Amino acid sequence: MSGPKLPHDSSDLPQDSGVAQTAENKLGKGTTGITRRGFLKGAGVTAAGTALLEGARAFGREAAATRGEHPEGVREFGPGPVAVTLQVNGKERVIHIEPRTTLADALRLEMAMTGTKVVCDRGACSACTLLMDDIPINSCMTLAIDAVGHQVTTIEGLTESSEGHSMQAAFLKHDAMQCGFCTPGMVMTCSALLKKNPKPTEDDVRLATAGNLCRCGTYPRIFAATLEAAGVSDSESTHNA
Amino acid sequence: MATTKIPSSTGVSPDAAQDMAGDGMKTVMMPVGVPGYTLRQEPRTMPATQPPVLPINADLKFIGKSPERWDGPAKVSGRARYTADIQLPGMLYAKFVDATVPHAKVISVDTSEAEKVAGVKGVFVIENLLGSAKLLNPSLEVSKYPIVRYAGQPIAAVAATNPQIAEDAAKLVKVKYDVMPFVVDMDQARRADAPMVFPGPANQAGTAGGGGGAADVPQTGNIHGPSVHTRGDIEQGFKDADVVVEEHYTTQVQVHNALESHGVVADWKPDLLTVWASTQGTASVREGLAGFFNLPKSQVRVITEFMGGGFGAKFGPGNPGVVAAALSKQTNAPVRLMLDRKEEQLSVGNRPSSDQTLRIGAKKDGTLTAIHLVSYGTAGCGTGAGCAGPATNMYKYASLRTEESDIFTNAGPATAFRAPGHPQGAFALEQTIDELANRLGMDPLDLRDKIDENSARRVEREIVRNSAIWKSRHATPNVDHGHIKRGVGVGQAVWYRNISMDSAAEVRVHQDGSVEVLSAVQDIGGGLKTVMAQILSEQFGVPPQQVSVKIGDTNYPVGPNSGGSVTTASLTPAVRDAAWNAAQNFLASIAPALGAQPDDLVLANGEVSSKSGKFQPISFRSAAAKMNTSEVSAQARRIPDYDRKAYETYGGVDVAEVEVDMEIGLIRVKRILAVHDCGRPMNPKQTMNQINGGVIQGMSYALYENRLIDSDYGLMVNANLDRYQIAGSREIPQIEVQLIQSYIGQSSTDASGIGEPGGIIGTPAAIANAFYNATGVRIRSLPMTPAVVLAALANTSQQKETA
Repeated sequence: MSGPKLPHDSSDLPQDSGVAQTAENKLGKGTTGITRRGFLKGAGVTAAGTALLEGARAFGREAAATRGEHPEGVREFGPGPVAVTLQVNGKERVIHIEPRTTLADALRLEMAMTGTKVVCDRGACSACTLLMDDIPINSCMTLAIDAVGHQVTTIEGLTESSEGHSMQAAFLKHDAMQCGFCTPGMVMTCSALLKKNPKPTEDDVRLATAGNLCRCGTYPRIFAATLEAAGVSDSESTHNA
Repeated sequence: MATTKIPSSTGVSPDAAQDMAGDGMKTVMMPVGVPGYTLRQEPRTMPATQPPVLPINADLKFIGKSPERWDGPAKVSGRARYTADIQLPGMLYAKFVDATVPHAKVISVDTSEAEKVAGVKGVFVIENLLGSAKLLNPSLEVSKYPIVRYAGQPIAAVAATNPQIAEDAAKLVKVKYDVMPFVVDMDQARRADAPMVFPGPANQAGTAGGGGGAADVPQTGNIHGPSVHTRGDIEQGFKDADVVVEEHYTTQVQVHNALESHGVVADWKPDLLTVWASTQGTASVREGLAGFFNLPKSQVRVITEFMGGGFGAKFGPGNPGVVAAALSKQTNAPVRLMLDRKEEQLSVGNRPSSDQTLRIGAKKDGTLTAIHLVSYGTAGCGTGAGCAGPATNMYKYASLRTEESDIFTNAGPATAFRAPGHPQGAFALEQTIDELANRLGMDPLDLRDKIDENSARRVEREIVRNSAIWKSRHATPNVDHGHIKRGVGVGQAVWYRNISMDSAAEVRVHQDGSVEVLSAVQDIGGGLKTVMAQILSEQFGVPPQQVSVKIGDTNYPVGPNSGGSVTTASLTPAVRDAAWNAAQNFLASIAPALGAQPDDLVLANGEVSSKSGKFQPISFRSAAAKMNTSEVSAQARRIPDYDRKAYETYGGVDVAEVEVDMEIGLIRVKRILAVHDCGRPMNPKQTMNQINGGVIQGMSYALYENRLIDSDYGLMVNANLDRYQIAGSREIPQIEVQLIQSYIGQSSTDASGIGEPGGIIGTPAAIANAFYNATGVRIRSLPMTPAVVLAALANTSQQKETA
């Protein structure tokens, strides 16, 4: 499948780990990711927690718990907390989490980075969108350990960048928000679109945001803001605000 | 009174008339009408302490303009902290245990295994359930635990040191059910032999946002009603009619799906219960918790700095609020309880379905002689499915009879949902009026001009008449020949000038020239913070972004619950009055240093000047440095409306252009023109944003949304956002909003709300009428999925998709 760099080398994954095409193909090009449920199914969920089999090199240091006999080079992690090293917004962060922790929960609960929102918790609304190596992903469907070795950019990190500033300024100018709960995910998705396609059409913006749900109905403003950030048009007049 | 049927709202007083006669009053001229159409000056009598009358928006500097959303920078950067983002030291995470069956008596709840899990700190079993209707005679059901009346009803909750442990432990709670027969289909529930959802009469209390049904009505089996309202003699009315149109309509159950789920963070301390809540009413949450736990309201503090949408479903503490507070008390730790998406769809509200038979009689000239509406609807194990608002309040008629009944089913209780009863009521009414125009050979706008006395909608229809989209409409239906047929239709909205007297604000001016405004009111996304800042800017000349807006905290003066579109109409006059009073106190405070009398001083355009020319104007900031104390302040609350007679209703006119694919039954909405009024628009850009949202939610309701419950198992089969279909970016039509200014001389800001009138009421009807204009076929069932469309086109009985 052609497309951007895979977020994960599939040889790292345990068998039947649930590698699947992501439900929402935001950029109109094939991306490959890991569905959380598929992965959990593959790894085996128990009421007490989830143990994961993984190549040890995925972790910043050795796991706290090791048990059972496995083929050489494969170890079992969990169900207790393990240390994981993540690269978030250009900084190295070491956290102790159960292996089943999603990237969204790791950010929100372990790093107090609550700009990333969790709404549906199953990849159906994209409120939790962030960038992994510049590819927008649903962080509720990505395990934190799958982000090891990748550059994670959240809304907090984007805010520090110039492309973040221009998109956020356009959102403000067009009042592309109401309650604001979808807004961080929208800003991430629209910024990622401009990185791949600096001069999008409105249809491109619609396609890119097709997985991002806004229940307040701010879509017309989001389209206008994104086109403005791209310098494609000042479409203030389209919603006669 | 049948003619002014207004959704009930706690704390909302549609007629807030008090005795204002006597001393201390003044009569002044105010702008009334629509600039460019009907603008004039009319006298209004008000307390002499009221601030000067505001001119129309064109003559103002900040109010009526569209500065950027005050809290927008926090929202676009992820800095905004919502309830779901609150983290406190030692905080526990709670998870509900939900009923897995639709109807049962709970025999036992065994929490022992859950309690053994490491990290579990508390388990709570619910014995007093909120939200559902309550039996008038509780002795008909003897049970330690609440009877389960819908799958997904919360039974217990577990609090643990992290969400994963809480979820694991919740699965270990063993609930033993004595399962009872159930019914989830409304038509089956109406049958005499249907399983009974309640063994006797039951009522559901409304919320601060409305909802709830009539309480003093008969109940037979699962049929709660009818609630009957009459005016005049409909038998005579139908005898006098030259034309009678009678049609049957059905609509589905819609789920709110605010992106932030219901939930709280509760921190129970001996002297103070502090609760961060995702709510449309900090006041309602405080009142509910104080009542539930028998605490003085002064010992309950509710905070809602940001909230991720409500749409009518978020009033009072609800089950999450009381359970989290109880767990916090039990564990001596703060507890967060946020519902997951499935729970959000099952247990905290929805828009009831409807089954309406509407009969309208008219004279040849269009004059309505009689309206008769018989409606049924299911609000699950709650009530509030009435939908007679539009039929009762939109048009002038000679006689009216409405009979509204709720049908209990084993499904989650309904709550208020953005314009309760009105989208479904307008879907039937506006199609029937369209059909009547057709039968009378009249233009649909001309007929409405004849029967609609509302002055703002008359202007709005004029705007529609002159619009490109309306001019593109085929005068007769079913003109196109290809397999794609195009049509244009219109639907109108009606709403009410509700206000809440529980609306107060405090304004403070500091010696350094900074100003702040405080109120317990919450901003649920409409942009109230921006509007409050604009009001202070107009008074003090300070740019909106430099005003501090502190709201969403019951430590501040009481604010209205945001239901019924009351917030802007209720709170903004209090803010303006407080700002005016604070300015007067400010002038008194600086007068000594300026060697002037306070009444010689004027604060305008960011400057303090002397009427007598005693000194050159100085800036507000340098004047503030001359204050004789470090701070001056003033508090004000909403005073009753100026005019003691009722203000006319308001609403809007929505026009839709659709394309219908006759082969696959797909409706595409291409364009919407939404023409609306809401008194004085305080921030037009934000107001139009809300209208966009109402249009989109209305279109989504009309075409896609549908809560589906399996009749064999009683379980919702599409309880998440991947299966419950909501319009997304690719479905959004080109939306043009025309917002008119419609002054009525109601208050010191003369502003009304837009959340409910703006789009969600008129759009579904406009789409249905556009479908008729395209195809010559009526579509009388929602949602208009391809299956429903093809069934309508095949002229077969429409297949209902509601379970």
